[in-house]
Formats: sequence, structure tokens, C-alpha cells
Amino acid sequence: MKFLAYLVSGISLGSVYAIIALGYTMVYGIAKMLNFAHGDVIMVGGYISFLAATNLGLPAVVSVLIAMAVCTVLGIVIEGLAYRPLRAAPKLAVLITAIGVSYFLQNSALLIWGANPKSYTPVVSGTLKLFGGQLSVSYVSLLTVAACIVIMIALTLFTGRTKMGKAMRACSEDQGAAQLMGINVNRTISMTFAIGSALAAIAGALLCSFSPTLMPTTGSMPGIKAFTAAVFGGIGSIPGAFLGGILLGVIESLAKGYISTQLSNSIVFAVLIIILLVRPAGLLGKYVPEKV
Amino acid sequence: MKIKNVARSARTDMFTYLGVVAAFIIISLLRGGGMLNRSQLGMLVPICCYIVMAVSLNLTVGILGELSLGHAGFMSVGAFTGIITAMSLANVIPSAPVRLAIAIVVGAVFAAIVGFLVGIPVLRLRGDYLAIVTLAFGEILKELITCLIVGADSKGLHIIFNVTGSKTANDLKLLEGGRIIIKGAQGATGTQTIATFTAGFILIMITLLVVQNMVRSRTGRAVMAIRDNRIAAESVGINITKYKLIAFVTSAAMAGAAGALFGLNYSNLAAAKFDFNTSILVLVFVVLGGLGNIWGSIIATVVLYILPEALRSFATYRMLIYAIVLILVMLATNNAQLKTLLGKLVPGRKKEGEENG
Repeated sequence: MKFLAYLVSGISLGSVYAIIALGYTMVYGIAKMLNFAHGDVIMVGGYISFLAATNLGLPAVVSVLIAMAVCTVLGIVIEGLAYRPLRAAPKLAVLITAIGVSYFLQNSALLIWGANPKSYTPVVSGTLKLFGGQLSVSYVSLLTVAACIVIMIALTLFTGRTKMGKAMRACSEDQGAAQLMGINVNRTISMTFAIGSALAAIAGALLCSFSPTLMPTTGSMPGIKAFTAAVFGGIGSIPGAFLGGILLGVIESLAKGYISTQLSNSIVFAVLIIILLVRPAGLLGKYVPEKV
Repeated sequence: MKIKNVARSARTDMFTYLGVVAAFIIISLLRGGGMLNRSQLGMLVPICCYIVMAVSLNLTVGILGELSLGHAGFMSVGAFTGIITAMSLANVIPSAPVRLAIAIVVGAVFAAIVGFLVGIPVLRLRGDYLAIVTLAFGEILKELITCLIVGADSKGLHIIFNVTGSKTANDLKLLEGGRIIIKGAQGATGTQTIATFTAGFILIMITLLVVQNMVRSRTGRAVMAIRDNRIAAESVGINITKYKLIAFVTSAAMAGAAGALFGLNYSNLAAAKFDFNTSILVLVFVVLGGLGNIWGSIIATVVLYILPEALRSFATYRMLIYAIVLILVMLATNNAQLKTLLGKLVPGRKKEGEENG
């Protein structure tokens, strides 16, 4: 029963990672950049939904929708102001700019909302009791898993079936060729950032429902872990991000339960390293050998 | 043309040494004259450590061309092995500078060993995968050190690896007169601060000597050939793994030396100090200073380390300003129009930019 409890908490935590990783993997797949500011967009999403729910007294769904809208705009603005001018620049320059944006968001949040942690009210309360009360599953967990599956399916359909999705895939494969085919590359990349940031807002609300403390640094560690999850599953691959997120959550939860709380992150990272050594492109990633 | 180039690189190296020596003399004179206040004096050793960190990371990122996000991990290995060495030798070797030197060497050796162990799997990967794995190793090293409880008494070192989080320093069962050196998550406490600015200066000079000579040697040319075109380098018979490992381990060893000096500069130091953010901080120094440009790393480190301190009067806004400066500098240095404009204003400037870039 203990094992089941760890498994359930692992899957629900993993679903949050998966939602973040889906956003990460889309942005990476198309812009080929490590967006270190992604974790901080999660934090902004958390704060916005917190303020909307607590200060304005709006229902949870509306507050999450507002957070999504704000983060979408934020994502587009960040991309337009900070990343677009660097499209032709070396990769490291973009990386450092992303770090700058991350610092900027964290410190703005610190100035606006203060350093004191806010206690977040979960978007849904209550737990479901199973096996005569031996196993309790919170409704937040169920909601998270459901949201994650819906988002994954929606994204798969979007990238596979729609015109915009096709444009995204084309841009991720070859930006120059895509442009020659009449695809507006800048708009496509903006769109990707918008989707990724909206997902980050959802993830922010769900993450804070699990661990209800909200601080300016709340997003950084989940951001890094979600990126790990995306690499785990094969970066750029949507089912891969989903799988990677869930696996990461389960490994973390089991490691915490059975081995050591202090070393749980280390165990997660160690598994990542082993997987990358065996499959250098991640679980579901395609390994492209270099041609001479 | 070839001779001119060689002379030019030798000249740059000379200027780097001279610049560092001149800076050391000026700061020593200012200090002797009592012109530096307490907070400025406190910054001297950390700046030296970060310069060594930046120069060593430049070897990995700039010369070898692999993005490492876990450099602080090697620094923490050096810091804690250095602290353990210096503290356990406290009764054996009374002279502080000798103890400091031994601690730095031990820190460098241990960091090199860890660098070697990490390097074998990591260097098989490429690009962003390599970056994420170095990040992972950095975090693992940090958490492992957080689990360490170390003490020393007349019988020798006592080490506990606190996996479950239930053990405390009392479990070391130290004899009377023994002392606790590292207390798990609290890190090293009650360390004697024997680090000095002079030691920092000597460490910088040694680092420069190692890196600059390596870059101009056969090894350095092989490493740079791998960076520029791995396949071409392999096809002319360069042993990729060997040269990558040489560069990576050297870089780790120097980070360990810097860590030992850093660790012995503070009486209390937790492993959490050497997290991902510290690695990023050093990476920012390297990138803003210019990849592969040793001299630039030094300047960028000094300026960017002092900048947040100088902005202290803006108190709450200083990190925000730092972030904005970072973004603006990256945007400005990569702006094509600005570059051509500069090229027109200063004749010969454009050519130099091409060479450095």
C-alpha cells in the first residue's frame, strides 16, 4: 500500500513535470535554445493565479485562465524583446540572455510580491479515499494527471494535424527551408513561446497546489527538472516529454520514500545520466548520426 | 605572417601577466596605505577565486568548446577536501601558508580525480546533452557533500555518510580534543580562515601559466582542432577522448584549487553555496569576457563581481539592474548593425573583431 501511495504521488508530481516539459520541449524543438526563463514563467503563472483567486476572489478556473493569458503575453514579449534579436547569434549568447531574463523575472517578482512565501490555496480541495481509506488520492492529483493527458493529446493533434503545427515542425527541421516555403518563421516561433508559456501557467497553478508555498524562486528547480524530463524522453518529442516527466516524478517519489529524501534529486539525475549514456538521444528521441 | 601571429600571441600573454602583477601591486599598495575599507578587503580573495574559476571554465567552454554547467561542483569538491586537509593538519603543521598550499594542492588533486571520473561518461555526449549532464553532476556532487559529516581527532579522520538524514555529529564518536569539520547540510563550520590575497594572486599566476602554455602547446592546438571540427581532427589522428579529457581534468583541477582557497576564506561554508547558480555566474563571466579570451575572463570577472556590490546603494534594485545589464550587453554585442557601425568608426577594428570572434 505504501508503494501504491508513492506511485500515485509520483505520477501526479510527474504529470506537473510533464506539463512543464511539454512546453520546454516545444520551445527547444523549434528555437533550439535552452530557455532557462521557462521555470520563472511558471512562478509568474503561480503568482497571477494566486492573486486572482485570493485578492479578487475569482473562482479557480478563471484565475488559472487569467494566469494563462498573462503568461502567454509574457512569453511573446520575452521572445520578441530578448530572443528574437539574437536569432543569428551564437548559442551561448542566447543562453546567457535567457539566464538574464530568468534573473529579471525572479527579481521583479521579489520587488513586486516580496520575499515572504505566500500560501497557495489548491485549485481543488479534498481527497478520494480508496481501499477503505488505506490509500488517499487528492483531487488535485487526479486533475493534474487528467490535464496532462489532455494537453499531451491536444499538442500531438495540434502539431500533427493543423497548418500552424505543420509550420512548427517545418521550422524545427530547417528554418531556412521553411522560410523559403513561405512560412513566417518569426510568427511560428512566437506562437510556440505562447503555447509553452500558457502551459507553464497551468503547471504553475498545479505545482503550487501540490506544495503550497509560493516564492520568487519557486520555479527554478521544477524548471530544471522538467528540462531533465524533456531530455530524458528525447528532447523535441512530445510523447517523450510526457513519458520523461512521469518517469522522473515516479523515480523521485520512490527514491524519497525508499532510499533517501536528501539524495532524491541526485538519484533522479543519476538515472538521467545512465539513460543518456545508453541512449544518447533520450528514450524516444531519434539519434541522428553525423555525416561526413 | 606566421611569425607575426606567434609574436602577437606571446605579446598578449605577456600583457596578461603584467596586468595581473600590476593590479596586485596597486591593490597591495592601496591596502598598505589603508585606502580600502572592510567590505572591499573582503572581496579580494573571492575575486581571485572567481578569476581562477573563470579562466579554468574558459578552458572547457572557450578552448574545448563544450558547455559545462556544473563547474561549481568541482569547486565544492576542492573547497571541502581543502578544508578537511587544512583543519586536520592544524596541529601538525603550524605554519598557515604551508597548510594553505597543501590544502590547495589536495583540493586540486581531488577535483581532478572527480573531473576524470565525471569526464569519461560526460565527454561522450555532445552539445546540450553534455550541458545538462554536467548540470546533473554538479547537483549530485552538491547533494553528496551535503550528506557528509566529518570530524578529526588524534586517531585520524572520522567520516560518516549521512544518507538517511538521521545521523548527527555525535555519531562520529570523536575522542576528547577532536573537532567537527563538516556538519552535513550546515557545511563546514568553525574553519580557520587562512586564505590570503597573496595566495590568491599566486594561484591566478599559476593558473594563467598553465592555461596560456597549454593553449599555445601541441595539446592546446589539438584541443582547439577538436573544437573547430571534431571529425577533421579525428581524421588527422588526434585522439579525441584523450585531449578532451586533458582539457576537462585540467579545468576541474584548477576549479578545485580555487575552491580550496575559497573554502578557507570563510569560517562557515555550506555546500549549497556551490549550486547551479554559482556555475551560471562563472559562465556569465566567461561569455561576457569572450570565449577563449583569457584576458577577457579576468576583466569580466572583476567588473561583474564588483558591479552588484557597487550597486548596493540601489539596494533592492541591484539584482534587477544586473539582469537588465546582462540582457542589454548580450543584445548589444551581438547586434550586427552596431558591429558594422563600430567597424566604420574605428579602422581596423572590424578585422580584430573577426579574429576574436
